[in-house]
Amino acid sequence: MRDYAAATPMPDMGPLPWTAPSKPLSQCRVAIVTTAALHTPEDPGFAPDDVSYRVLPADRRDLVLGHWSPNFDRSGFVADLDVVYPIDRLEELATAGLIGSVAAHHHAFAGNQEDTLTGIRLDSGPAVAARLRDDDVDVVLLTPV
Amino acid sequence: MCVLARVFEERGLSSVALVSVRGVAERLPPPRALYCEFPLGRPLGRPGDPTFQHDVLRRALALLDRTEGPVLEDHPEVIVSDAAPLACPLPPRFDPDVPEAVDEARALRPAYERTLARRGVTSVGRAISAEQVPDALAVLARVAAGADWKTAGFVADPVQTCHDIRSYYEEAASSLVDVAPGPGHVEAWFSEQTAAGRTLLAARAQMREQGAPTLIWLYMARATR
Repeated sequence: MRDYAAATPMPDMGPLPWTAPSKPLSQCRVAIVTTAALHTPEDPGFAPDDVSYRVLPADRRDLVLGHWSPNFDRSGFVADLDVVYPIDRLEELATAGLIGSVAAHHHAFAGNQEDTLTGIRLDSGPAVAARLRDDDVDVVLLTPV
Repeated sequence: MCVLARVFEERGLSSVALVSVRGVAERLPPPRALYCEFPLGRPLGRPGDPTFQHDVLRRALALLDRTEGPVLEDHPEVIVSDAAPLACPLPPRFDPDVPEAVDEARALRPAYERTLARRGVTSVGRAISAEQVPDALAVLARVAAGADWKTAGFVADPVQTCHDIRSYYEEAASSLVDVAPGPGHVEAWFSEQTAAGRTLLAARAQMREQGAPTLIWLYMARATR
């Protein structure tokens, strides 16, 4: 899988954007954005090449791993949600004062995307960015499948 | 994921990414990334090990102190997957009048229910319910024996049906062992040691022989099977 992913064509995305944190990490609000295709049981799962996202309320732990591919190890997720979606670890870091706070909502995409990545570049990615800003998020932690 | 990091930074959010494929982060670099050579599906490395998970997060968040990028650091630990089958007990044969996989799935139901009670959620149900798993295995057993896959009795998409069967077994296994399984161990146990796994793979081979669409038979199990 690693070799396959590493050989996938990449679009040209131009110069590297860079946003330095405007405050110390101990004052930053942090959100998780995962590409592990997580969703709540009441939300629909993900289809192949699905560019949409799901909202994960911070207090929910009853999440489903909606990745449609059989090629990923799911047993770690069954044993411990945090090995995929480190929500409890993040809250512990907030309690310890390393980060300021944990966002009220987190977000999930599917890892398998269309080759051009147009949907998440122009549509669902910016939509989630707007939601994160509305939640006063400063830092996004991205975790893969 | 590297694309999302760029989308967020363009819109005034700072980001740090855990990446599991170094080649992607090298060719489409996100502003700040920690490469973790851990088994795919376990980006924080070790289930049930909060200390290790904290170490990963602290190393990742420390990259926010950098003043220019792209930043691509390696986590110093590599976790290798040996994919040895999980040492997990299987029920004895009970009803000789049904296929072995059906018998087995019925007997694993209490273990599946224990995991469901602990986690409060299940990944079974995309196409069939836990109650329908034995019947779905009976269909796969017929296909494995040579029945035409199109008329064998699938009540839902075969790929999603196999996902539900696999999830049922993965979740049952979670209540049959005391420690978090190693990477790939549950999949190896399911495919190599359970009657359900052997039946699924035999049905898949039959469907391939019968000319089923590649997007169906291939995704019924891991590509390496």
